Amino acid sequence: MDQPPLSSLYQHLILDHYRHPRNRGDLPDKTVEVHMANPVCGDEIRLQLKVEGDVIESARFIGSGCSISQAAVSMMTGLLQGRRFADADALAARFTRMMHGDPEAARDRGLGDLRALQGVSKFPVRIKCALLGFDALQEALKRVGQAPSQAEGSR
Amino acid sequence: MTPSAVTASVPSGAGIDPTTLRGDFPILAQTVNGHPLVYLDNAATSQKPRAVLDATLEYYTRDNANVHRGIHELSRRATLAYERARARIGRFIGVEDPGEVIFTRGTTESLNLMAFSWGLEFLRPGDEILLTGMEHHSNIVPWQLVARRTGAVLRWLELDDEGKLRLEELPSLLSERTRLVSLMHVSNALGTINPIAEIVRTVRARADAVVVVDGAQAVPHLPLDMAALGCDAYAFSGHKMCGPTGIGVLWARRTLLEAMPPFQAGGEMIRIVEREASTWADLPHKFEAGTPDIAGAVGLGVAVEYLDGIGMERIAAHERELLGYALEQLVEVPGFQALGPRRLEERSGVISFTLGDAHPHDIATILDSDGIAIRAGHHCAQLVMRRFGVSATARASFSFYNTTEDVDRLVAGLSLVRGIFG
Repeated sequence: MDQPPLSSLYQHLILDHYRHPRNRGDLPDKTVEVHMANPVCGDEIRLQLKVEGDVIESARFIGSGCSISQAAVSMMTGLLQGRRFADADALAARFTRMMHGDPEAARDRGLGDLRALQGVSKFPVRIKCALLGFDALQEALKRVGQAPSQAEGSR
Repeated sequence: MTPSAVTASVPSGAGIDPTTLRGDFPILAQTVNGHPLVYLDNAATSQKPRAVLDATLEYYTRDNANVHRGIHELSRRATLAYERARARIGRFIGVEDPGEVIFTRGTTESLNLMAFSWGLEFLRPGDEILLTGMEHHSNIVPWQLVARRTGAVLRWLELDDEGKLRLEELPSLLSERTRLVSLMHVSNALGTINPIAEIVRTVRARADAVVVVDGAQAVPHLPLDMAALGCDAYAFSGHKMCGPTGIGVLWARRTLLEAMPPFQAGGEMIRIVEREASTWADLPHKFEAGTPDIAGAVGLGVAVEYLDGIGMERIAAHERELLGYALEQLVEVPGFQALGPRRLEERSGVISFTLGDAHPHDIATILDSDGIAIRAGHHCAQLVMRRFGVSATARASFSFYNTTEDVDRLVAGLSLVRGIFG
């Protein structure tokens, strides 16, 4: 089966986030840090969250990898600031549905810049790149949800 | 089997004509994403000529039976084909004694066989295993596991900035404690060809050590003679040399294999089984427990016949020419940086590279959209990636059926990448 055109994958907004990642760098007073890596390709993300109660006060990341993985986590962190855990979880679920080709999820304006990644769903081998940041987010939420005071660690 | 049917489409004469040879590979005649396929992922696996596909199908269609245990005609034929393949593959690497040719699932299993049979039996606390900073994970991790269980210690021969072994440091790493040296012949991540014969001579002068060589990237591309290399064991995979997946070889000296205990146990590898203990079959069967990949072995036998039909010298010459042609153009591409030795004579047809700030995955996706298959990632060589400060590289790797047009398509594809990542 032939691929859709490359332009549906490498949108300007994706390349912009790749070249100029938002929220990149250490979060000095982080509550939780999750290290996610894709052993197959070497994409790597350290997602750091500072949480207060059930709210994500700030989110930053350090990472290296392909344009899709790094742009996705950059876009994601932008949407996490001030969001309740339940909202963040719902965002992850919507994005995952979009990656698996659900057109309804892709129309959701709440996904913000992440909607630029819709084209990735047409490139099956790259979907895991786009999901790496959200995998880290869901792991982080699991940790802060379970043990708010000792949530630090890496995986 | 009728070995006479196995002929590559090669006219006699000096060079080879890859365009004609491509006719032997049905898979190459297809379009991918609307473009004629350019297959440059040969270091991962090679394509298979029709002769190999036919032989495998014919084996299952006509001769299929279990080997070495049936009295009936089909079993006789299957056994004959299996053992003929073994002898043929042995001769391909200059080995006359088929008992020294052990069929495995591939290089990884061959190296694990050495580690878990030889290593667990002979290594003692404080003994040293010497590896290199260039190894594939399959020549690192088995030795780590065995070192942990025996108390042996791993030592490392490092790389210089060109991706060559620091051979001047080798003597000082060897001592009477060195019991085993295991290294690759040709690097899958750098293309470096290691001077095995020279290394073996250095080892012999300083240590009483077994020398194991991972030949996965060498056997498909270089003419080889085990006696000339002088090592004690040599591992390779069928699928990288025009053979089927799931079949590979461990060659080792008879004296070494006879001293080693079995690796896996089961049918086929025993002589007499009693309640308390059993005795082992003769070589090579002692190391081949269970029903082997008979069709795979038959296919690999035909693959080496096919390669010999072309001639390994000619294959090596063609691939080196292609490598030179490719590097000449690629170094002109802005942002292009290749790992590995500068001199063509020191490297095989593997180009491991980065291109500006375009990540190797993105390079691979963009090239794929243009019908060009390359590999991106760490190539199971994370130590190499770390040594050169990259998390991944893009890798184009050649076979004898690649053409200068394939190289031109790669170069054009990289300008597509630059168009997006600029």
